[in-house]
Amino acid sequence: MKRIKRWRRLTSNMRAGRLKSNLFAWMLLLPSLLFLLLFTFYPIFLTLRLSLFQADLSSPEPTFVGLGNYRTMFGDEVFRKVMSNNVWFALGTVPAGIALALLMAVFANKALRGKGFMRAAFFYPTLIPMIAAANIWLFIYTPEYGLMSRVFSWFGGSGINWLGTPGLVMWAMILMVVWKEAGYFMIFYLAGLQNISKELYEAAHVDGVSRFTVFRKITFPLLMPTTLFVSIVALTNAFKLVDHLMIMTKGGPNNASNLLLYYIYETAFSFWDQGMASALTVVMIAVLLLIAAVQFFGLDKRIHYN
Amino acid sequence: MLSKITPKIGNLLMLALAAVWFVPLVWMTVTAFRPRQAALSGFFSLDFTLDNFATVWSAAPFATYYINTIIIVVCVFAVQMLTASMAAFAFARVSFAFSGVVFLLFLVQIMIPADVLIFPNYNVLKQLTLLDTKLGIMLPYLASAFGIFLLRQVFKTIPGELEEAALIEGCNKWQVLWKIYFPLARPTYVAFALVSISYQWNNFLWPLIVTNSVENRPLTVGLSIFAQSFEIGVQWTEVSAATLLVITPLLLIFLVFQRQFIDSFMHSGIK
Repeated sequence: MKRIKRWRRLTSNMRAGRLKSNLFAWMLLLPSLLFLLLFTFYPIFLTLRLSLFQADLSSPEPTFVGLGNYRTMFGDEVFRKVMSNNVWFALGTVPAGIALALLMAVFANKALRGKGFMRAAFFYPTLIPMIAAANIWLFIYTPEYGLMSRVFSWFGGSGINWLGTPGLVMWAMILMVVWKEAGYFMIFYLAGLQNISKELYEAAHVDGVSRFTVFRKITFPLLMPTTLFVSIVALTNAFKLVDHLMIMTKGGPNNASNLLLYYIYETAFSFWDQGMASALTVVMIAVLLLIAAVQFFGLDKRIHYN
Repeated sequence: MLSKITPKIGNLLMLALAAVWFVPLVWMTVTAFRPRQAALSGFFSLDFTLDNFATVWSAAPFATYYINTIIIVVCVFAVQMLTASMAAFAFARVSFAFSGVVFLLFLVQIMIPADVLIFPNYNVLKQLTLLDTKLGIMLPYLASAFGIFLLRQVFKTIPGELEEAALIEGCNKWQVLWKIYFPLARPTYVAFALVSISYQWNNFLWPLIVTNSVENRPLTVGLSIFAQSFEIGVQWTEVSAATLLVITPLLLIFLVFQRQFIDSFMHSGIK
């Protein structure tokens, strides 16, 4: 009898303790959860719903159209152009940015001379607002007076209009973005290099293995987790970075440099087509979830946040 | 012999590349301090002037923009520090039901950042009647999943004995968070601060669509309006000066704290 009583008291104490611990945890989480729900989950829900309505300047009250917006969207030439632009933009910036970042990190890690100079030079573009970088590069690309034109004119090239030529504008964007973000990725590689044991390199040195082989057989494979992580960040950035379009091209000429997020901005705040802007945002969310899924299930077995 | 020369050549090439990386900044800085005619001529000259900065400062309310940006940056980080510390402590040191699910909810914020939800978040802000306010610019960033994961990681490495000792001394859990975990994780807070500050200082698209008046515009939005108010090419020197005004504070902080900056980015576990 006594034992049962004591047992009961013990379990009820434990339950009270667990309840207290639960309450405490939820109290700690409440502020963050509130903002998370209000500015991540609620807007996602809003977008999904509004994407099923026609809500533009011609319809004073939103009317339900089912998948109408999506049908219009997939038939829209500009949308297809924007998506293919974004894929090219990603193909242009991700591999080049990563390769360059790796090269930078390997040299900036233990340069023979000018380590600090290298790190500063490669990293500072990260700290410049995209919009400011766009101002600088706009001048660089300006025909005739711009730095690019001046350099090309030494070699006898005539005034190329980098930002005004549909075939060139994407390359101009890619070059600028690689300049802007390679140094950021370098940081991850520098961190990755710290984790590789020095003994491996010493052993390789004793065996007289060439530097290139050391890189190919030790450095590169051991940095693979970093490479995968950086690819995800770079890929996501390829869909997030659009500030520069505002200053440099407005998506032109003839949508040659337009990207998905900028198109969302235009659709929502220039054309005021809210239903379409929502449908486009849903596509954006789908793309980002796809990238996350690739990381989660396919490539990266190590979850970095854990 | 060859194996001794190649690294040197590689090093030289990378130094050259580093120099090339500095060209845009140097070119813009030089342009900002030159008279307009000299800047357009393209020939080297020693003309030096501060007129461009005077023009910029009087032509656009950059002082207001500066104050706005500083308010936003400071407030966002202050709140983030509070909310993220609390949530990180819950994940690291308190056992509660559904912790795994809640953790996944926060992961969604990393996958789908507020930057791409500009249009729906604009609608949320409209519903809250907070359009064109500084608070409206800040709200979507006040909970930082990145900060939570970062701090949770560090909190987990702090030995539990410290906490037990404090509890025996009569501290409650809330005090344990602020008196033990908070001070011990200081280097991580520095890293978090650097990431958060540079992010908010440089944020553009969201403040652009939210704000509609000078009183609330941050520097980036002000700069873009200033740059677009000219026929491009005519006012290079002024736009360069304005751009320099916007980017200098962060670059100065970086130059002064370069070591800590890169080290904290590297060791903050952002990998």
